[in-house]
Amino acid sequence: MTHQPPRPGPVAAIGRRLGGHHLLWPTLTLLALLLGNVAFQHDFFSVRVRDGHLYGSLVDILQFGAPLTLVALGMTLVIATRGIDLSVGATVAIAAALACGHISTSARPGSVTTVLTAVALALGVAVVLGLANGLLVSGLGVQPIVATLILMVAGRGVAQLITGGQIVTVTSAPYKMIGGGYWLTFPFAVLLATALVVLTALLTRRTALGLLIESVGGNPAASRLVGIRAGGLLALVYVFSALCAAVAGLMISSNVSSADGNNAGLWIELDAILAVVVGGTALTGGRFSIGGTVLGALIIQTLSTTVYTLGVPPETTLVFKAFVVVVVCLVQSPVFRAKVLRRRGRTTPRPRSTADAAPHQQEVRA
Amino acid sequence: MSTGTAGTAARPTRPFATVSPRTRTRVPLLVTAVLLVAMFTVGSVRYEGFLSAQVGLNLLIDNGFLLVVAVGATFVVLTGGIDLSVGSMVALSTVLTAWLVESQGRPLAAVVPLVLLVGAASGALMGWIIHTFEIQPFVVTLAGMFLARGLCYTISTESVTITDPTTVALAQTRLYGPGGLFVSIPVVVALAVLVLAFVVLHHTRFGRTVYALGGNESSARLMGLPVGTTKIAVYAVSGLCSALGGLLLTLYMLSGYALHAMGMELDAIAATVIGGTLLTGGSGFVLGTALGVLVLGMIQTFVNFQGTLSSWWTRIVIGALLLVFIVLQRLMGGRRPAAG
Repeated sequence: MTHQPPRPGPVAAIGRRLGGHHLLWPTLTLLALLLGNVAFQHDFFSVRVRDGHLYGSLVDILQFGAPLTLVALGMTLVIATRGIDLSVGATVAIAAALACGHISTSARPGSVTTVLTAVALALGVAVVLGLANGLLVSGLGVQPIVATLILMVAGRGVAQLITGGQIVTVTSAPYKMIGGGYWLTFPFAVLLATALVVLTALLTRRTALGLLIESVGGNPAASRLVGIRAGGLLALVYVFSALCAAVAGLMISSNVSSADGNNAGLWIELDAILAVVVGGTALTGGRFSIGGTVLGALIIQTLSTTVYTLGVPPETTLVFKAFVVVVVCLVQSPVFRAKVLRRRGRTTPRPRSTADAAPHQQEVRA
Repeated sequence: MSTGTAGTAARPTRPFATVSPRTRTRVPLLVTAVLLVAMFTVGSVRYEGFLSAQVGLNLLIDNGFLLVVAVGATFVVLTGGIDLSVGSMVALSTVLTAWLVESQGRPLAAVVPLVLLVGAASGALMGWIIHTFEIQPFVVTLAGMFLARGLCYTISTESVTITDPTTVALAQTRLYGPGGLFVSIPVVVALAVLVLAFVVLHHTRFGRTVYALGGNESSARLMGLPVGTTKIAVYAVSGLCSALGGLLLTLYMLSGYALHAMGMELDAIAATVIGGTLLTGGSGFVLGTALGVLVLGMIQTFVNFQGTLSSWWTRIVIGALLLVFIVLQRLMGGRRPAAG
């Protein structure tokens, strides 16, 4: 970290630990993006309290990034099993359409009961959709990308069928709370997303669940041989992904008080995959980092905000994202690392954890 | 990815285990052909004016560009890869053509080779990254999808209408056959591409290598086949076909717009699957892809003829068909499950 020769001491030890930490690069990228924004907009970091709510660019990034964080959270676990879920965008649209459709047709759209029923309805259908994906992948052994492609194609049609091709608008104070409301001066969406992230992190890291998911992704055949019920776990992660997407759909539709079957959550699956990959979870499966995913989602959101701040046409965000994907994937690619490192003349390979080395291991065949 | 998850799954029961593998791989193709005939029959009975050769030709006129794109996608899927960038490449081609012809005043004859070159080169670049750095095709082509769509917007955020007389004349040319039937020039191009792809895939060394690569990449490498070159070539073919499809779409729409061909990558993959090509690679037919495109076009025709059906039914039906065919592929097990 410093230019001084490394002396055995607490500073060097901390430096070395930080240098090898898997969250180092995502954190640095996020900081660089945020600092870059300050150069263009000097009050970028200022956070004010107005009418008892927090206001500021940072709060905006957190609030608009909340749905993406949730979708990416679900995607992280799916990718950890070596899968991919392309259908989350469609699930977002379906959940939004169901909830808004229910509220707009009910007699008392403002009552808490109606909103809770709508939320339950959306989450219930999401479980069914996730289960369908999970069964195709684990029961029939269809490639995940193909299995979820079906729902990706059909899902938007279903969402439009529910809304009747219209944009359904709702005026309901309790529903508005989910995505656009404030609670204890904080945006409710941010609190909800944080709670879900913490809960997932506890469930996966304080119990064996995370380890089991990683082992299924690392080597499916071997984990079956040691007696892990891979089928159930696989179905579980797809259901979890669909649930996260549904909550994100509720947030998005609640924030704009309407459900648009065509555009709600459009391309969010790609952003989510991007967030997961940027966060350091490899697409080859076998390990995942929830903290990295949250950072990744914030990076993507900050990138979008930056493009707006710079006054560049917002559509060109896509070009930035393309370069980010390519660079991150190249950095993650073992082949690329080997070639570049060799060219630099570095002979000492970086220490790898066992999970890190998983993709290079020989597959155990049953 | 396929090896991974298939490995965890219980081996699906195969009701047709006694049928020879060669026949089994053809079952989805047969189903598609029967489906197409059935749809045409039902349509003829239900709707007046459906039973005419021109309705059949209109299928080709309205879907010629999709046919070209899907043929390109078939090459990639046959090697076990996937190309998600085709829709964006089509859009980029339409925008690039319209911009060069309209805003820059370049002659169409010079623009066409340039657009085709851009398509083939970007496809080859993606193939090179996929092969050299062993990154999943899905991610690389996803980046290509973002890049191409973003480049469309940097060229023009609005729809560029083409008024260039040569292009308009080319687009409006009708080639008449017996009985007053007509097709457009894109149809001829699309059919030529189909025939060419058929010959290349089934009667050349390159074609056999494509199948071998999809069947088992390590075996192909051990047999001394040019794995890397073929992989790069396959993505170049897909890029070239997307660019050509984009040119045909430009003629069809007479405009270039960044929002053209939204979701066409899904249609192309759907047509390939419905046409009986295994998504795990190594088995499939380019003529089946043509049938798949016709089925997709037929669904659209049905929705148009019915009048009361809304456009979203097209997507739902395509999704349902995809589900049926993918499950069918697993049950038929054109190749043994990866868990083995």
